[in-house]
Amino acid sequence: MVLLNSIRASSRRLLVPGPRLPTTAGYFSSTALARENVPVKQPSRSDSVLFPGAVNSKFTNELKFQKPHDLPAIPTYRLIDAHGVVVDNSREPDVSQELALKMYKDMVTTSIMDLLMYESQRQGRISFYMVSAGEEGIAVGSAAALAPDDVIFSQYREQGVMMYRGFTLDEFMNQLFANKFDYGKGRNMPIHFMSERLHMHPISSPLATQIPHSVGAAYALKLDRSSRIVVCFFGEGAASEGDFHAALNIAATRSCPVVFICRNNGFAISTPTLEQYKGDGIASRGVGYGIDTVRVDGNDIMAVREVTMRARDIALKEQKPVLIEAMSYRVSHHSTSDDSFAYRAKVEVEDWKHRDNPITRMRKWLEAKSWWTGEQDQELRTQVRKDILKAFVRAEKEKKPALENLFLDIYKTPSRDLEEQMAELRRIIEEYPDEYDLGAFDRGKEGL
Amino acid sequence: MFTARNFLSRAAGSALRKPVVNVPRVTAFQPLKIQQKYYSSGGTKDYTVREALNEALAEELERDEKVFIMGEEVAQYNGAYKVTKGLLDRFGEKRVIDSPITEHGFAGLGVGAALAGLNPVVEFMTWNFAMQAIDQIINSGAKTHYMSGGIQPCSITFRGPNGFAAGVAAQHSQDYSAWYGSIPGLKVVTPWSAEDAKGLLKAAIRDPNPVVVLENELLYGQAFPMSEEAQKSDFVLPIGKAKIERVGKDVTLVALSRCVGQALTAAETLKKKYGVEAEVINLRSVKPLDVETIMKSVKKTNHLIAIESGFPSFGVSSEILALSMEYMFDFLDAPAQRITGAEVPTPYAIGLEQLSFPDEDIMVKKTAQLLRL
Ligand SMILES: Cc1ncc(C[n+]2csc(CCOP(=O)(O)OP(=O)(O)O)c2C)c(N)n1
Repeated sequence: MVLLNSIRASSRRLLVPGPRLPTTAGYFSSTALARENVPVKQPSRSDSVLFPGAVNSKFTNELKFQKPHDLPAIPTYRLIDAHGVVVDNSREPDVSQELALKMYKDMVTTSIMDLLMYESQRQGRISFYMVSAGEEGIAVGSAAALAPDDVIFSQYREQGVMMYRGFTLDEFMNQLFANKFDYGKGRNMPIHFMSERLHMHPISSPLATQIPHSVGAAYALKLDRSSRIVVCFFGEGAASEGDFHAALNIAATRSCPVVFICRNNGFAISTPTLEQYKGDGIASRGVGYGIDTVRVDGNDIMAVREVTMRARDIALKEQKPVLIEAMSYRVSHHSTSDDSFAYRAKVEVEDWKHRDNPITRMRKWLEAKSWWTGEQDQELRTQVRKDILKAFVRAEKEKKPALENLFLDIYKTPSRDLEEQMAELRRIIEEYPDEYDLGAFDRGKEGL
Repeated sequence: MFTARNFLSRAAGSALRKPVVNVPRVTAFQPLKIQQKYYSSGGTKDYTVREALNEALAEELERDEKVFIMGEEVAQYNGAYKVTKGLLDRFGEKRVIDSPITEHGFAGLGVGAALAGLNPVVEFMTWNFAMQAIDQIINSGAKTHYMSGGIQPCSITFRGPNGFAAGVAAQHSQDYSAWYGSIPGLKVVTPWSAEDAKGLLKAAIRDPNPVVVLENELLYGQAFPMSEEAQKSDFVLPIGKAKIERVGKDVTLVALSRCVGQALTAAETLKKKYGVEAEVINLRSVKPLDVETIMKSVKKTNHLIAIESGFPSFGVSSEILALSMEYMFDFLDAPAQRITGAEVPTPYAIGLEQLSFPDEDIMVKKTAQLLRL
């Protein structure tokens, strides 16, 4: 047919048969391949392998496969048990009453905000939401261990980190409503929070992409000889993506000061961890990549804090990555688009809720220390509810981002055609003022 | 007339003030209610696109035991959009397989299985997530047959929803027709109706080559009449053949996927408003592209508009317009035109999202302009 003929005609040159000549330059050339070759010598009587990459391996006569399940599972660190009792009396959490109460209040605020926002999505007032119920301890506990200017990359279920760092209720609500104060200028789905002030990168929808990014950010800090580190959060499901593996390996080989915090909550949407991986959780992988690793009880906020403080120390002083796997059951549905009772029993969830939960666990501990009472708890909850609802209503009423945002940020400076379009829109609006009701937008007509 | 009222608002707005239990918006991963089938005249039955896809999968699983389905949430959960509903129960966990969250992993496994002689169907939760797996699709899936000197065919189907959905923002809203359409070794189909969905998916699974099936989330719940013939289990559509959905003589509208339905509505408006008869071509297949059908139509109408929801640059429409220069120049009474998505990362705001993609209005307007009505 016609099409084929034309293609043949135009590409005849390419049809010359025969072998290609050797490539002489660039990526495949011999110069590029000629690496400096420092031979590693195997001493003749050595009892272990001396080989680049496996230098401490003893020779053995026994043929034996390493069975993952023969190895003991990596233990889970905790300070306080599910009843709020300190497990080892000699190791009372090292925390002031003031800090402990801040941590507790941030967890409670996060959980109430989650509840109210979930409801508001059900009422059609916001389009989407994801709660972090059950995982507040991991978020707040780790945030409490960091320096305020450490850099954070999160997945989407880390509201507690932001809460602890001082992201205000107004700031949360502004993002959810995509109003003129939303830092993302209304371009993201709800819960894609970000804060330049708090050094928190915007949340990225494709899973796990933030993990290599965090390594890059850590590399930048390293070059800067900074006293800051990077912390990267992700779920155990996201850890199946190639990006996770690539990130851990490159962080280890480039010795980047980054703390990876995996929230292992038992589910990735409907996929239980049993189908997500076969090894000993995510922690065992850290070891494989040559990364210092620890597993922690995510419902024990004090343990999470302590572990993260140590991890931060290692990352900073030794300039290398650390992996933390924090365990907390996801008591919530995956998101407002999910009904998890389609794939797990309601009783199972209720059981988890009642048996153990980072908030009740901490409250029991606080009450036992006489740092907190039931009345104070009631007061706090009532006040927080009020504050959230006030911020909610304020944000809902706020104007939408200014019209110029239609054209900005696709490039650092708008391209010429974008500038022309902007001018054209301005002209049209001026010519037909009655056709456009710009009252809902920041600065109205002047916003362009 | 273009109105800016509320066009930046996704969340607020008076219509959304009333409490409702279920938000009508379809966000990602929200199961849609499957519409009831009902019978109409002449053995024709109404099918949603979702049901058609589901039937195609079930029939092919039944027909050939080399076929299996793999992806995130496809088995237990019945698929993020319920396209694989009931298949696990019917065919068991060796044929309908949940994967860990690794698109690169399961697409790679699929390619490997295909190279070993199986016929996998790989579901991506959305094509946006297939970006994680693009090396397997393009560098391995599309090229191994060629690189192996023809000894390793790769009979694999990659499928999932493509294009923008509703309110899921830039990283979840992109049309990949042009991306995959540009790769030698791949075939690419873009079903619109329930018949398309069934016939093309079945053809894709049976095809000995890697085939990319670009479905559309917004169409999943839409019902279409399915002819008696199409309801049969041996119904397949040829890949590479377009379909004339509406015969006309004044202008040719070439569209794909969801834009086909919109073009048909626009054609009715054009008739009512201007007495114009637009011929609407449903491309069905992006690669190979049915130039002949377009050419025959343009010979008759002398006017061509290509319509798609992808970005304007280097897109399916650009390709059609280039082909029109090469093969149809002499038949055209006016320069061929294209209607595409806007050159912007897909906005989240509902009004902007709507403005970012072709709608019936703009199709009518553009056609009227072209025909100087
Ligand atoms: C590349 C990619 N694939 C799939 C998805 C769809 N998706 C969104 S969240 C999610 C589950 C993630 O689970 P996990 O990492 O364990 O975090 P959790 O939701 O449990 O906190 C999936 C599959 C996505 N966003 N990106």
